[in-house]
Amino acid sequence: MVRPIASTLLFATLLFTVWFNALRADEIRATGDLGVVVERATGSLLIVDRSDRAAIGRVEGLGDLSHASVVFSPDERFAYVFGRDGGLTKVDLLTRSIAARVMQAGNAIGGAISDDGKLVAVANYDPGGMRVFDADTLDPVARFDTGGKAIGLVDAPGRRFVFSLWDAGETWIADLSGAEPRVTRVTGMGTNPYDALITGDGRTYIAGLFGEDGLTMLDLWDETPEPRRILPGYGRGEDPLPVYKMPHLEGWAQAGDRFALPAVGRHEVLWVDARTLDEVGRTPTHGQPVFAVARPDGRQVWVNFAHPHNDTVQVIDTRSGEIVHTLTPGPAVLHMEFSPRGHELWVSVRDANRIDIYDTATFAKLGEIAADTPSGIFFTARAHRIGL
Amino acid sequence: MPDRRAVTAACLARLLARLADRLLARLTVALTVGVVAAAPAAAEIGADTIGAADAARLERLVRQDCGSCHGLTLKGGLGPDIRAQTLAHWDRDGLTQVILDGIPGTAMPPWRPLLSDAEARWISDYLLDTE
Repeated sequence: MVRPIASTLLFATLLFTVWFNALRADEIRATGDLGVVVERATGSLLIVDRSDRAAIGRVEGLGDLSHASVVFSPDERFAYVFGRDGGLTKVDLLTRSIAARVMQAGNAIGGAISDDGKLVAVANYDPGGMRVFDADTLDPVARFDTGGKAIGLVDAPGRRFVFSLWDAGETWIADLSGAEPRVTRVTGMGTNPYDALITGDGRTYIAGLFGEDGLTMLDLWDETPEPRRILPGYGRGEDPLPVYKMPHLEGWAQAGDRFALPAVGRHEVLWVDARTLDEVGRTPTHGQPVFAVARPDGRQVWVNFAHPHNDTVQVIDTRSGEIVHTLTPGPAVLHMEFSPRGHELWVSVRDANRIDIYDTATFAKLGEIAADTPSGIFFTARAHRIGL
Repeated sequence: MPDRRAVTAACLARLLARLADRLLARLTVALTVGVVAAAPAAAEIGADTIGAADAARLERLVRQDCGSCHGLTLKGGLGPDIRAQTLAHWDRDGLTQVILDGIPGTAMPPWRPLLSDAEARWISDYLLDTE
């Protein structure tokens, strides 16, 4: 009596396995051309397929995602989403679900993943400082209390994280390669650093200053990096224009042999020689730049602007420093992301609830994707870039 | 063993009560915003007034553009918390002044180039009165 039941069960299990695997086979997919779009007001993440220029899913329940940013695991399967409300969420792009989530602070500004992909760090406004988590489980690993707002957090080679302090004008280099975390504090970075970037080679950390005309750079190859001011007094003593949105600094600043950097309180993109760090020119722009991002080949720099000029995007030719094209995608252009080789640019147009896709050679619009108040766009190829 | 039907009924009642609560809260907010929008209009006849369309535009501006420093929920970011309970010690005129002229030496910019006096007043009222 038992035997027929057992064999029937076994057969059924076998059938199910075959069927399930067949189903899975259809679903097997790589993640190299996927990306995510932050839907800031609804606290959701739109998962997009870059090749199909289409949304393929949505993950909800990520909290307050205004000013959210994202990094990816080395296998490009998981996205770590840093929410404004201190939420840190690990999202599985394949199952389109939340793999882990912690509320790690009251108010956060951004995050980074270590070079080995094992640690995720978050910079916090409240309580100020940086916290580090296990990338697998999101269990706490280390914390660095600063007593003030931490900004400009990036990863650096050697299992290090670098961030700066808005109030104190310091940069902290946290080394997590040993048994105990080690911190190098660099003082005298300048008044109110608002954001920072690390170059693609992981050597140069550049902090933008809100409180003075200039930026400060650190050579992370030095044992004890000394702050060096670049573009000092770029405002030439003129009163700054009102800044209705802080610019962002990102690892896409290098265009060929120069950096393109947004001015603060001026409607200009500033050009700096990547080797000498001397000013080599400036390009007058439509408004206060927010992002100035170089196409991956460095040939062009695309710029978006702060309110009330945020319906426009301008394209600057790197060699001449001239604006070669001006687009008006629509109300509130918040972010731009290049395809890894730069043939396309994706633009989030928040108040039109749309992602626009442009051909970067012809400037023709190739498509659009509906999204709910989209802000940041992040492609998985970032997983393999230092500082992103 | 508790009667399953009774439990279900109790759950349903609780759910309905919660829904009603939420509706009421939303209605209160709507009414407050309505009154706030109407207040300047009543106060100064002839001056530029804030209509419903403008109110929606200004609310969006507060959430999205003030929100880029103060947070979408106004709980703070690079800029401080500007929710009603935190602003309790501010009066309408003082707050309007800060919106129009900014706070020199800080990241708070003057909005006078972009906003009229009436619009700034509407935003003050909105910030002071919105739950």
